[in-house]
Amino acid sequence: MNESATKPAPQAEAILAAAQRWRQQIPGDLHEHIVEAIYGQAARIAERAVSRPGQAARPTFDRTLDRILTSKLWGFPIMILLFAVMFWITITGANVPSGWIASLLVDQGHPWLKGLFQSVGSPGWLTGLVVDGMYLATAWVVSVMLPPMAIFFPMFTLLEDFGYLPRVAFNLDRLFMTSGGHGKQAMTTMMGFGCNAAGVIATRIIDSPRERLLAILTNNFALCNGRWPTQFLIATVFLGSLVPAALAGFVSAAAVTSVALLGVLLTFLVGWGLSHTVLKGEVSTFSLELPPYRPPRLWQTLYTSLIDRTLFVLWRAVVFAVPAGAVIWLVANIHVGGDSLAGHFIRFADPMGLFLGLNGVILLAYVIAIPANEIVIPTVLMLTVMVTGAHDLGAGTGVMFELDSNDTVRQLLTTGGWTTLTAVNLMLFSLLHNPCSTTLYTIYKETGSAKWTVVSALLPLAIGFVVCALTAWGWRLFIG
Amino acid sequence: MNATNSAPTSDVLSLAQGSAAPVTESCASCSVYRATNLKKLGVVMDSSDFVIALAGNPNTGKSTVFNALTGLRQHTGNWPGKTVARAEGGYAYAGKRFKLVDLPGTYSLLSTSLDEQIARDFILFGQPDVTVIVADATRLERNLNLVLQILEITDRAVVCLNLMDEAKRHGITVDERQLARDLGVPVVPTAARYGRGLPELLQAINDVAAGEVVCRPQRLEADPAAIRPALADLVGELKAAFPELPNPRWIALRLLSGDDSMVEALRSGQLGTLHASAIAEPNQA
Repeated sequence: MNESATKPAPQAEAILAAAQRWRQQIPGDLHEHIVEAIYGQAARIAERAVSRPGQAARPTFDRTLDRILTSKLWGFPIMILLFAVMFWITITGANVPSGWIASLLVDQGHPWLKGLFQSVGSPGWLTGLVVDGMYLATAWVVSVMLPPMAIFFPMFTLLEDFGYLPRVAFNLDRLFMTSGGHGKQAMTTMMGFGCNAAGVIATRIIDSPRERLLAILTNNFALCNGRWPTQFLIATVFLGSLVPAALAGFVSAAAVTSVALLGVLLTFLVGWGLSHTVLKGEVSTFSLELPPYRPPRLWQTLYTSLIDRTLFVLWRAVVFAVPAGAVIWLVANIHVGGDSLAGHFIRFADPMGLFLGLNGVILLAYVIAIPANEIVIPTVLMLTVMVTGAHDLGAGTGVMFELDSNDTVRQLLTTGGWTTLTAVNLMLFSLLHNPCSTTLYTIYKETGSAKWTVVSALLPLAIGFVVCALTAWGWRLFIG
Repeated sequence: MNATNSAPTSDVLSLAQGSAAPVTESCASCSVYRATNLKKLGVVMDSSDFVIALAGNPNTGKSTVFNALTGLRQHTGNWPGKTVARAEGGYAYAGKRFKLVDLPGTYSLLSTSLDEQIARDFILFGQPDVTVIVADATRLERNLNLVLQILEITDRAVVCLNLMDEAKRHGITVDERQLARDLGVPVVPTAARYGRGLPELLQAINDVAAGEVVCRPQRLEADPAAIRPALADLVGELKAAFPELPNPRWIALRLLSGDDSMVEALRSGQLGTLHASAIAEPNQA
């Protein structure tokens, strides 16, 4: 038996030839015939086994709800409103616990750990690398990410368990059809809102290779776990503070919603562009089942979303933050020709960054954060400290320092030359740049093509450059 | 204490199966019963006595059944297409170790999308000892399409008639004994979300795996006259080339339908191997 495993059976071609011969002799479409026979038999068996006393068909509650949630008029407004409310709850709810965690891990934990290292006679470079680099990067990631995730994920999961997501897919389906993609792409986009790598794997439900590739290439336009915290923080710190406190949460939530919607819009536009150029082809049809609404199991949902998603994502962020913290400290402290490596890069990239309405610091942060989007904000903050030399705010070169309130973050970034435009463009660039390395690796595995992997990295990056440059240009023209 | 308790309970169970719902329900919720019979093994599976495949339409609660039996907490979502890769876990029951493979949910096994191929290849080439087909009791007719297609491939199957709680809420009753007679395999009604019917399901899986219950699955009632000579010829050739092939008739039908992946399997020699190793590796990120 193992012999035949290694080489093709010699009779294979003969059998195939026979099958080919017979196939030409069979009248009609055999496949269709078999399908018909199966359906007929299923109907007969079901008829005998199932009885429905009375007229109890689908409960009218489900039907009424469906009529509203998937209505042409109300479907989209309700969807946008629901997500905006979730963002608002997340933004307002995450502020306080974020402060607590930061004060515990950063304000108190960092000096304590540093003291401990110094008391055992650790050399300066080791203390710097481990405490000022690795530890602080990790502490920062935890305090930025944990609270918003612990609030946002359970809400999202409850909505999912209730059965709302297929209705979203139903609403989006029409748009995907016009863009030339497969309706099931709505599902993979929804998965992408959690994690793009998972979204890319989910495209396996799409049969047509052309439409599957479309779904893979555009999945990155769905904001992922690693990018939500960036959006939440920047929106709160910069945009929320432009308006009176009472409106701050509302404005921040609206800003995050707009960025998420822009991502969906670009999914359609880019899909449309690709399917009218390099990926031409027919749109396949499929049937989408709208499952019954089910009461979500509250405790189980809280448990799974906490363990499976929050802690899983947080762990991943920490795993990437530790080496990134070391890299950040090293590039800030290894000096070549009178300046640190980071300093050289930032000076080199600054003109480009400013042209894009960003700055060299942000561009360097995105290079360091290729393995994981989660660490962008900590990296930006630390590098800004170094560039502005705001040592009184922080604890020295290459150190991420205590940020006990959003005001401090804003002060620091403003010192670093940030304007409202920088914040807006960082939010845009966070949506529109290359996928993280995990996603890219997944794309490579799923497509088996280096070419398409490169395209999926460079396409959003190019769009990000164009969108940021245009925004910067328009902003400077009209707002100043 | 365990020994004295477990024996009478399982006696009651086998008698009560299908008819006296209250008795089995109280058994299911009794911790002593569960502790003595089911041991959830999670992903720790070094060796197993039986391999069980879990198939079914999307959104019928396959992952919920999977979690309930293995003690794992694969995220379940109320939407089709949640599981696109294979998930594996294990449990021990009645002194035997079972490896449970959760397949992607599909409506059929006849198309060419990757998720359907993963499911079909596992049932065909993975040679599971039992294939558990999870069916939605509220949409039985559509679910039976897949059940019948799977029964075309394998003899050893158990139908898990899930979502009985929803069926009840919708005023639908399903005569599972009639269904079992028509299909020729055991049918177990369950409400996996609440753990109802799972003891009976475990027992049925065990019975089929151990060969104590022999299935006589329903095959398509009659092949159309036009293809009978073609089928006979191809089945003969397939049997001659691969004497160990479990289901030459189904493969002959697929070849006649011009199924490219089956042609490929034949050409590459995969058909002759009947090894689980021929299956695409599960992909988790």
